[in-house]
Amino acid sequence: MTRSGRLAGAGAVVRRRLLVAVPVLAATSIGMFALGAASPVDPAKQYAGAAAFTATEENLAQIRANWGVDDPLPVQYLRWIGNLVQGDLGWSTSRHEPVASVLAARAGWTLLLIGVSLALVLAASLLLGALAAYRRGGLFDRALRTAAYAVQSMPVFWLGLAAIAVFALALGWLPAGGLTDVTATSTSWGDVAHHLILPVGVLAVSQAPWFVLFVRDAVAESMRDDHVLAARARGLPGRTVLFGHALRTALLPFLTLVGTHLPELVGGAVLVETVFSLPGLGAVTVAAAMGSDFPLLAAITLVTTAVVLAANLATDLAYAAADPRVRLDG
Amino acid sequence: MADLAARPALLRTARSRLRLRPGQAGVVTAGLVLVVAVVGSLLAPLVWPLDQSAVALDQTRSAPSWAHLAGTDDLGRDVAHRAVYGLRVSLLVGAVAALVATVLGGVVGGIAGTLGGRVDRILMRVVDTIAAMPHLLLGIFIVAMLRPSLGAVIASVGLTHWLSTARIVRSELLSLRTRPFVDAAINGGAGRRRVLVRHLLPHVLPRLALATTLMIPHAVWHETALSFLGLGLPPHLASLGNMINDGQGSLLTGAWWASLAPGAVIVVVTLAIAVLAARWRDRLDPRVRAELHL
Repeated sequence: MTRSGRLAGAGAVVRRRLLVAVPVLAATSIGMFALGAASPVDPAKQYAGAAAFTATEENLAQIRANWGVDDPLPVQYLRWIGNLVQGDLGWSTSRHEPVASVLAARAGWTLLLIGVSLALVLAASLLLGALAAYRRGGLFDRALRTAAYAVQSMPVFWLGLAAIAVFALALGWLPAGGLTDVTATSTSWGDVAHHLILPVGVLAVSQAPWFVLFVRDAVAESMRDDHVLAARARGLPGRTVLFGHALRTALLPFLTLVGTHLPELVGGAVLVETVFSLPGLGAVTVAAAMGSDFPLLAAITLVTTAVVLAANLATDLAYAAADPRVRLDG
Repeated sequence: MADLAARPALLRTARSRLRLRPGQAGVVTAGLVLVVAVVGSLLAPLVWPLDQSAVALDQTRSAPSWAHLAGTDDLGRDVAHRAVYGLRVSLLVGAVAALVATVLGGVVGGIAGTLGGRVDRILMRVVDTIAAMPHLLLGIFIVAMLRPSLGAVIASVGLTHWLSTARIVRSELLSLRTRPFVDAAINGGAGRRRVLVRHLLPHVLPRLALATTLMIPHAVWHETALSFLGLGLPPHLASLGNMINDGQGSLLTGAWWASLAPGAVIVVVTLAIAVLAARWRDRLDPRVRAELHL
């Protein structure tokens, strides 16, 4: 079958996935709204902050009336979801600005951090995992697996602090946090890249064990496949057999699993951003949680979930495009 | 030089005395670490009581020494002493939250696996969706709702970590359902409940116990992450996450021990649990060898 023939069902798959994803996202939003509404926190007092102690009851009532937080819950939910559909994500009570502008200003940095780290992890884990699988049980294999299990038990924020202690403070090679030098008056890309080396490295290293171990196991498995044995028997050089045959076979199932691992990466990014004081979504998420800013929290959770679902769909379509055995009618 | 040559020999004798295979040394070490951690954190209030709110401002940020094995933090509190209590809290939260998640996942997976059909499809769709949400964000959301406290942290971990358990229980039940001994029991006149309790449950329980154990490290990491973000336990309480968070300021002035020592405790203890659980999984299912031999 031709490649276009194989992707002919793609439109139907996208439609079917959307049919599932939309109710699921709606249910998620209802659940989050219910949780937010069940919270004992009074949004008006939260909004007023310290002024809540001196504000009169009429003022607080005025705030509640403005936001309609005393309306019946279904009414509130429909208003919120109606605004959401029209692109109005609501008003962030912790940052005193629209949720949409908070996301617009910060999501880019989080995406940059996650994107670069993911690219780095993928490249490194494919190379290291394949090399370890080539001589199963060899010195490199055992060393890599031991390192992977050790790193796996290190919390990412601890790894970040350790990296700061070593590379920023003891050695003085890299800045300890922020996005630009304190003295800088504008953002230059070189400066930003210099500041991102440590955060990206820490996030990549902390996520690497899962990827490395998976690639190692998958390649070790495919080293026993018939076509790999045949390639060896023909006397092809080890490098060609490993990267040209074994790794290629193992690559496809690996790529689909990358999508399922994205949520982990997002959580890691929140923590790394906090450690390195980066102006991404992590810091505002924490501030929103402390300030019971439900509109912002709900928007961040919904948006990341939608992005993860979209990424999963994209990897599945890519899989179908790359593997002739996979058909999209399932 | 003589010393260096003698050591492997000594290790070999120790191994042969204990009749250990090479891979088992790691398991024994991990077991010892875990026993020390659990017994130590249980006995700590009796042996080495801690005043959680005590400070000693005349000896702030002193380096590790015999008096303070892991140094002191910015309020002059002994880091090692507080780390013992932090570990106590972490293990408690980890174990309770893992149990909550196991019960939740066991019930959902059990219903999906025994009923099958449409119920199964709907429940698994729900599981897939929650799995698409970054569970740290979901955990933060739950804590924000309940206000930071011990109960909120346990709820946050328990409600976000049951998905893998549900999947394991479901797939185990689905594969067991078609086995001949189940047919035999049904043909022998056993009712639905009897089949479930007497024939299916005994097969699922070991896996469930393993899943719970494997979850404890994750629960500990989640709890420390929340505390580190300031969304976990009350700040004056010694918890490993709180201590790492508090120690950040000290770390930037060169007193690295205030943050890194409590973190090292997490690493050692969770690694020990992971090593033991991996060996257990090898026993349970020899086909998927985890090959974790440290």
